[in-house]
Amino acid sequence: MVNIIWAAMAIVGILYAMFNGTMEDVNKALFESADEAVTISIGLISILVFWLGIMKIAEKAGILQILAKLFRPVVVRLFPEIPKDHPAMGYILSNFTANVFGLGNAATPMGIKAMEQMKELSGTDTASRSMITFLALNTSSLTLIPTTVIAIRMHYDSASPTEIVGTTIIATIISTLAAVVVDRIFYYRSIRRG
Amino acid sequence: MAVITLISTWLIPCFIMLVLIVATWKRVPAYELFVEGGKEGVKMAFSLLPFLVGMIVSIAILRASGALDAFIGLISPVLGFFGVPPDIVPLALVRPISGTAALGVTTELIDTHGPDSFIGRLASTMQGSTDTTLYILTIYFGAVGIKKMRYALKVGLIADLIGIIASIIIVTIVFG
Repeated sequence: MVNIIWAAMAIVGILYAMFNGTMEDVNKALFESADEAVTISIGLISILVFWLGIMKIAEKAGILQILAKLFRPVVVRLFPEIPKDHPAMGYILSNFTANVFGLGNAATPMGIKAMEQMKELSGTDTASRSMITFLALNTSSLTLIPTTVIAIRMHYDSASPTEIVGTTIIATIISTLAAVVVDRIFYYRSIRRG
Repeated sequence: MAVITLISTWLIPCFIMLVLIVATWKRVPAYELFVEGGKEGVKMAFSLLPFLVGMIVSIAILRASGALDAFIGLISPVLGFFGVPPDIVPLALVRPISGTAALGVTTELIDTHGPDSFIGRLASTMQGSTDTTLYILTIYFGAVGIKKMRYALKVGLIADLIGIIASIIIVTIVFG
């Protein structure tokens, strides 16, 4: 599915440019965006190095395991395929905690570590059930305080920049619950199909 | 609000302190472990690079050609029929695909309509309550080399759709 979407976006874009006379813009976008993507990746190095360094210490010092034990009752239900004291649990929890507080920079490296642990558990290059549940929760956003949005609202002289926090939290809760339910539905459908 | 901001700023430094104290207490070689973990970070960032270049370039082609805007123009009246404000349609469509584009659209909407207008509030809520599905799948699956995503993309996009509908309903109820 990703292969098709990826190719289709580019093909449709180039075809459209032929008739729309925007080929020059496409040409420019090609190389500028490639440049931008590299900048993003390189920019991630500092965050990844720092957080994976700290999390390595946390793992060896037993802090991740303590965290995993604390929140086990909730997370075990969401991820029935992960053994209870597995380090993946600790990383998943660290990722969720960082996300809830809007610390996206810290959340990504922990999420990647969680994915790595889950890949070790499944041992294939096919997405496992736990991975999809984990990503569904991440894509639905767990952020309670949208700091970037508040900053933009302040910039445009809003009378109350934070008034949208309440509606955002409710919308986030609904989209997160929806992600869990939709994930379950698709999972059970995939088993029934064999 | 002030309390939450305070927690957000204190959380990371305090967490780092806690980790270092526990590590020292347990006589774990903290610095060596930091370097060991950091090396994984370097590898990870480089393995991510081709995934990001591929995805971002493809999205950029679609946007630069004008095809994305044309599609939005086409679909706006249809969604408007179902009660979706036409001004918000571009944001709803772009949000799952590109984080930077969505932020750009949100900023533009707030600039045009004002932060305290209905559209401004709706855009703010929508921007904050879902995340860029395509980017997250690219990063996480890319970093660990997952080739078959199975139903992950469908789940992410359907959850986005529900989140967007929920935003419209909630903002209408609260601020309408």
